[in-house]
Amino acid sequence: MLAALSGLAGYNTLLVTLGATLLGLAAGGAGAFVFLRKRALVSDAVSHATLPGIGLAFIVMVMLGGDGRWLPGLILGSAISAGIGLLCVEWITRRTRLSEDAAIGAVLSVFFGLGIVLLTVIQGMSSGRQAGLEGFLLGSTAGMLASEAWTIAIAGAVTAASVVALRRPMTLVAFDPEYARSQGVNVRWTDLSIMALVLLVTVIGLKVVGLILIVALLVIPPVIARFWTDRVDVMLIVSALSGGIAGGVGTVVSTLAPGLPTGPVIVLTAFALFALSLLAAPRRGIFAAALRHVSTQRRVHLRQGLLSLYRGEPILDAQTLAALRRAGFIRADGVATKAGRAAAQARAVDAARWATLRSLRGDDPALEAHDGMTDMTEVLTPDQIADIDRVRGQLRGVA
Amino acid sequence: MSIPALTLKGVTVSYGGRPAVFSVDVTFPIGSMTAIIGPNGAGKSTLLKGALGIVPLLAGEARFFGLSYQDARRRVAYVPQRASVDWDFPARVIDVVMMGLYAETGFLRLFRQRHRDRAMECLSRVGMDAFAERQIGALSGGQQQRVFLARALAEAGELYILDEPFAGVDAATERAIIAVLKDLKAEGRTIIAVHHDLSTVPDYFDRVVLLNRERIADGPLEEAFTQTHLQSAYGGRLAAGQVADLAARVG
Repeated sequence: MLAALSGLAGYNTLLVTLGATLLGLAAGGAGAFVFLRKRALVSDAVSHATLPGIGLAFIVMVMLGGDGRWLPGLILGSAISAGIGLLCVEWITRRTRLSEDAAIGAVLSVFFGLGIVLLTVIQGMSSGRQAGLEGFLLGSTAGMLASEAWTIAIAGAVTAASVVALRRPMTLVAFDPEYARSQGVNVRWTDLSIMALVLLVTVIGLKVVGLILIVALLVIPPVIARFWTDRVDVMLIVSALSGGIAGGVGTVVSTLAPGLPTGPVIVLTAFALFALSLLAAPRRGIFAAALRHVSTQRRVHLRQGLLSLYRGEPILDAQTLAALRRAGFIRADGVATKAGRAAAQARAVDAARWATLRSLRGDDPALEAHDGMTDMTEVLTPDQIADIDRVRGQLRGVA
Repeated sequence: MSIPALTLKGVTVSYGGRPAVFSVDVTFPIGSMTAIIGPNGAGKSTLLKGALGIVPLLAGEARFFGLSYQDARRRVAYVPQRASVDWDFPARVIDVVMMGLYAETGFLRLFRQRHRDRAMECLSRVGMDAFAERQIGALSGGQQQRVFLARALAEAGELYILDEPFAGVDAATERAIIAVLKDLKAEGRTIIAVHHDLSTVPDYFDRVVLLNRERIADGPLEEAFTQTHLQSAYGGRLAAGQVADLAARVG
């Protein structure tokens, strides 16, 4: 099948698709913790800080008489300078009165500026085949080598294993760093290992999406995942999968028209998944929230209307009337139907039951569910309600 | 005399500049239930965080059961302040309680049914078992505090350290928490809590530490919870009549 695919789309496309999918998986997994620790911007500083390392590595390799574009050398250089950038952010935040956002802004722009200067210098150099370093800014996937795809695959596997191994300390640190410390977790080392994963993802992503846009692959997948779940473990999986899908689908889409840049199309694919989640996710999505609002509003009107019916008060609110009419509780002329009278009676009994429970046992856990709209029959068993009714009967007897 | 649950010797903590807690010596005997009281900014929480190694000590040391905190960690359960946490974090009530089991399972091993059963048991001790699957952000303040206590119960410690467990909770939660704490004490465990409501001190605790940056007094209620000591810890911040009332109740 691989052979068929590669025959169909070309060997290079296949390699890039696989590489981008693995990169997305790794970025989504690592990004989930960056997101939970609320340090997405630090990863932006890390990725921009790779640029001077790329330039310096190129210069050093050319001066040593080698090929300046040898990828492992460039990756090593980028990792070193990104590591230095990360430590600068850390150091400024810990040792000075500056906050992290200021440190990020300073490190990001200075390192990126230095990198651009180096690229310009390289373009002016007489020696070496200087072309192509700009490709690391936005990624350039044309002519990806099998060895490069393998590098991404291995780094991706390392990231996945680290995420699994570190999920509990990372969860503790993200949820409550002080409690984590009381549990013997080294918060600083945990934070640094999250950032080490980010660094790893960034340097292997240089070739595919480039250093400017890699932050999107770290940030968007966890945001997507957060829409669909309220659990860290599920979130990790969904985040990695959305990253992988964005990487794979984005690459395929970018081959549909000639000259479409792969990295940016991957980011746009991730955004499409995000937009879909924003709209359609259950509970946290916009549609779900709107539906919930409308249905709550309807229940409130129905409930209020029935209580008014029971008390024989006139109902003036148009929405209340509409809700009662739709439920078949009143006729078109506003007179209560038989079903309406029965329902009104039931609501009144329910309200009296809640009042009894509150006066009997003010701290009963069932009262947590009482919002004025929930029937007691949905919360307590018939036996418990029978008990409450008995007390209610006695109270009435006394009065 | 047996080894105390916690001994503080010359504990000093500073957040840069002048010390928030200065040279505090206090002993907490095993099986006691101690309230740490003092005005706002007296360093009550800081003292505990310093002892637990959450903030570094500038000087002094804390010994748990005669050991360093590192060595005694599994015998100590900590309930942090509710406000210290991001409540929008993606976790259910049961997930938070299971955090208390990490010390036992380690960071790698998967949870088994017996771990889940233990967590549910701890939740039912604080009356929150019906909320196990609930998102933590959907809880009231009192419920969140009870979940934190359940997590500490899961740690199965011998010494329970609680930071303001009754701050901003409803009356039902306060009753539920104090019932659990008294049970723990009856089992011979030691309890230390930062407390801010002086009127309940005599009902809830048998010992008290009065703190205002420095130790003002500590010991059994009769010795330490006196008019003189309260006056000197709180200065003019308490009305004289109020202080006399409180001290008289301990008498």
